[in-house]
Amino acid sequence: MQSVNGLVGHGALLLALPFIALGIIAVPVAVNRGRRDWLEIGYGAVYANFALMTAAALAMISALVTHDFSVSYVAQVGSRETPLFYTIISLWGALEGSILFWAWVLSFYGMTVVALNKSRVGNLVPYAAMTLLCISLFFAILLVGPANPFGIVSPVPQNGPGPNPLLQNHILMAVHPPLLYLGYVGMSVPFAFAVGAVLSGEAEHNDWIKVTRTWTMASWGFLSAAIIAGMWWSYEVLGWGGYWAWDPVENASFLPWLTATAFLHSAMVQERRGMLRVWNLNLVVGTFVLTILGTFLTRSGIISSVHAFTTGTIGYYFLAFITIVLIAGGVIVAGSSDKLRSRGRLDSAASRETVFLLNNLFLTGFMLTVLVGTLFPLVAEAIRGVKVSVGGPFYNRMTLPMIAALLFLMGVGPALPWKIASTAELKRKLIPPAAGAVLLAAVALVAGIHDPYGVLVFAFVGYAATANFREFSIGAGARRAAHDESWPTAFVRLVEGNRRRYGGYIAHFGVFFVALGVAMSSTLRTEREATLQRGMTMQIAGRTLRLQDIWGREEPQRQVVGATLEILNGNRVIGTLEPRMNFYRTQQEPVPTPDVRSGVLGDLYLNLMAFRPDGSSATIRAIYQPLVPWIWFGGGVVVFGAIVGGWPTARRRRAPARVPVPTPPSPPPAREPEYAA
Amino acid sequence: MNWRRAGIAAVLVIPVVFVFSRGMKTDPREIPSPLPGNPAPGFALAVFAPGQPPLERPIGDTVRLADLKGRVVVLNFWASWCLACRDEHQGLSAVARDYTGKPVQFVGSLYQDTPGNGTAWIAEMGGQSYPSVNDPKALTAIDYGLYGVPETFFIAQDGKIARKITGPAPPAVVKHIIDSLLTTASP
Amino acid sequence: MSRSARVIVGLLALTLVRTPARGQTPGADTAIRLRTPADSALEARTSAVASQLRCPVCQGLSIQDSPSELAQSMRSLVRDQLAEGKSPDQVKAYFVSKYGEWILLSPPPHGFNLLAYVVPVLIVLGGGALIALAVRRWTAGSEVPS
Repeated sequence: MQSVNGLVGHGALLLALPFIALGIIAVPVAVNRGRRDWLEIGYGAVYANFALMTAAALAMISALVTHDFSVSYVAQVGSRETPLFYTIISLWGALEGSILFWAWVLSFYGMTVVALNKSRVGNLVPYAAMTLLCISLFFAILLVGPANPFGIVSPVPQNGPGPNPLLQNHILMAVHPPLLYLGYVGMSVPFAFAVGAVLSGEAEHNDWIKVTRTWTMASWGFLSAAIIAGMWWSYEVLGWGGYWAWDPVENASFLPWLTATAFLHSAMVQERRGMLRVWNLNLVVGTFVLTILGTFLTRSGIISSVHAFTTGTIGYYFLAFITIVLIAGGVIVAGSSDKLRSRGRLDSAASRETVFLLNNLFLTGFMLTVLVGTLFPLVAEAIRGVKVSVGGPFYNRMTLPMIAALLFLMGVGPALPWKIASTAELKRKLIPPAAGAVLLAAVALVAGIHDPYGVLVFAFVGYAATANFREFSIGAGARRAAHDESWPTAFVRLVEGNRRRYGGYIAHFGVFFVALGVAMSSTLRTEREATLQRGMTMQIAGRTLRLQDIWGREEPQRQVVGATLEILNGNRVIGTLEPRMNFYRTQQEPVPTPDVRSGVLGDLYLNLMAFRPDGSSATIRAIYQPLVPWIWFGGGVVVFGAIVGGWPTARRRRAPARVPVPTPPSPPPAREPEYAA
Repeated sequence: MNWRRAGIAAVLVIPVVFVFSRGMKTDPREIPSPLPGNPAPGFALAVFAPGQPPLERPIGDTVRLADLKGRVVVLNFWASWCLACRDEHQGLSAVARDYTGKPVQFVGSLYQDTPGNGTAWIAEMGGQSYPSVNDPKALTAIDYGLYGVPETFFIAQDGKIARKITGPAPPAVVKHIIDSLLTTASP
Repeated sequence: MSRSARVIVGLLALTLVRTPARGQTPGADTAIRLRTPADSALEARTSAVASQLRCPVCQGLSIQDSPSELAQSMRSLVRDQLAEGKSPDQVKAYFVSKYGEWILLSPPPHGFNLLAYVVPVLIVLGGGALIALAVRRWTAGSEVPS
């Protein structure tokens, strides 16, 4: 017997299929016959998809909150003991719910794309909408097929197991998945516009880049936030004191970020010089393919990972989808490559354009290195039949040179002008930041870093930070002189005058903080482990830890055992930490929750490893990692930079309608002459 | 539309899909062991759970693999905190009893646990027909490439590891392996 | 904490009781292990080798990083073997003989595995060469369309 929630949800999903299919058919009909009414049907399908997905999502949330265990997904992740907040966010906690959430976000983006752009003349938007509908079709098929969250459970159970305990330990679990999906799914939009541009014959122009610039920036911002949130969550929850393990699924979220970053830069070269058009298509298609690859890896059972969802036949659906996407993407890019090849021209090798080319080289190289490493165990097993591991040591060794090169380039790029830099200008811009390099290298050595790469990273960050800062100071200084403004006003007006550039520089600063945090925390990390009785102490990093108490308490869904430790500076108590072990009724292994004391200069991180049942002693692992909070702070700065750089300005929102609205879509435009440099 | 290039791009997708589909047929969590076919690593461990007559050994006795040459040895790693070990426990005890008088030796080895817990668990499970030894620093477990419990090793009369079972060992399979090892015994 | 909670917690916690680590006796005044200079050198060598070995029961962590019991036992074993005089390669070879190549966090660079190391480098070098050629071509003073 299906409940109202199940009926509404399942019904909405079933209904979505014909609407989406109708929309996909309607667009080519509209274009080929020049029929505006068919186009309206196509756009109508996009709106209908959003409405139906929203209905399904709301039905699921309602089912979760009311503990409607007749719905299969609720029976899987719901529990009467789980607090309301975690019940709501369990919407994306397991496979079926995460697919529903993805489909909803995709439908939301589709609706927004159409709503904002439908008055635009030409076939770009219709084909883009059609592409988004095709992607939605796949997820809709999943939702009524192998990933059906609204299955009927009979007889209806009284209670459920609750969400995975790891997902209930920390508030960041509420934040990381939605951010990730907003970013991942967001990359479908530039992809759809790229496909639309090729299909509508508009790929020679830059409109598809301009229209999607905000989308790309926003998705990139969300993805950056998601990766940092994921790192932070992993650090605070998983108990090994690290924030990045080169886990295949961590890599899968990082790969599209790398190509998206490359695209953000090379898109500027296309807009200014009309070059790299094929390359940009490659990047956008590649970014989208990587997002699908990421979701394929987690849901196919092909790799084992902290992130892997339970699997079944859904893996084969994803395999089919990724095959189609790869073929479609490859055909589209390769097929249109010679039509788009531009007669490129650069004024000089000493220019920002060249730096962006190098930036793309190293970002793509970085991406391919991580991709090779992630897929290599699969390939090796398929070909040699032997299991091999590719882990931290491999990635660190192979990617560090590229990271160092990128950090250095981040100082050169902003300093060089477009087109051409004279030798005098080169000297004026590129030599002074070296002082910053020397300064930070000295800081690294004084702090105790002996690892050559560690010092190098500091030096390059010093160089690049100085160069980026000078861009602000020189620019603001010029404004002060010209308009007699105060420093703050000059600064703000400078940024407002060219948001994209200065937002980018702010994001660069975010990366610098992250780089310093990672470099310092990995080279200067210290660790101690000790078994303490009450009153006993242990030392780490100049601080003393004293075990106060070992305690336990009952909570609705779990039992918690913790140790209370005081942090002493000399004889003064400056704080307490309470690392804990959580025993969930449904798990055989306990889930540890470390406790972290963060300071500007570093983190003191405690983990409760073991304890005697009579509460007489506890084994504590203490880790001191300098500058870890700079990673999270840097992430915030990156996102701030993305917001500053990507926020649509009033200037851009005013889209000049050259032809009165509505108009029938025109046939593909005639071949226009080669883009003039 | 350059169809030739498009075609090449489409064809290049095939090896990628091939690798993925192969990957989907294997279990990523299973680690194939290099040990079968090689001489079994020796051990000398103390009995903490004596087992039951007629297979029992006194507590404190040392079980040495070298002493067991010429017999088929079934070495089963288990732990009291291991849920899957419960599934195989009674089956293994029963099979061990079936081979009384034959040149077959069952040995349990406790993994990441204490003898106290192990003994209590055995009592809770209704007894274990064969003796179990304690492996305090997991040296023997690591020697046998253990990555979880339960794992069962079948050591032939010549001292080489013949088979390894990961996960609960079904009694029928255990019997089958022992029988095949007994019939291929060298004179 | 209430008596019943203590009992429950204690029963559940039976899984976690660990034998004291080497060099510590319960009831010592402090729980810190005194480190001699030789100790630190051995610890550094242990960390170096342990960072290259994969924890069999974790997701991609090294036995150096992993807090799990098996990882700690393996680390002890690494330390003992190094103290006995074995070389890092010999210690790694021991673990490979037990767990297969999988136990190494970097694929050993011979045979097919070389591809993992060589392909990325080739791509970057190749890409760099392409860019150099392209920049040269593009700056070769082509005529500017009017």
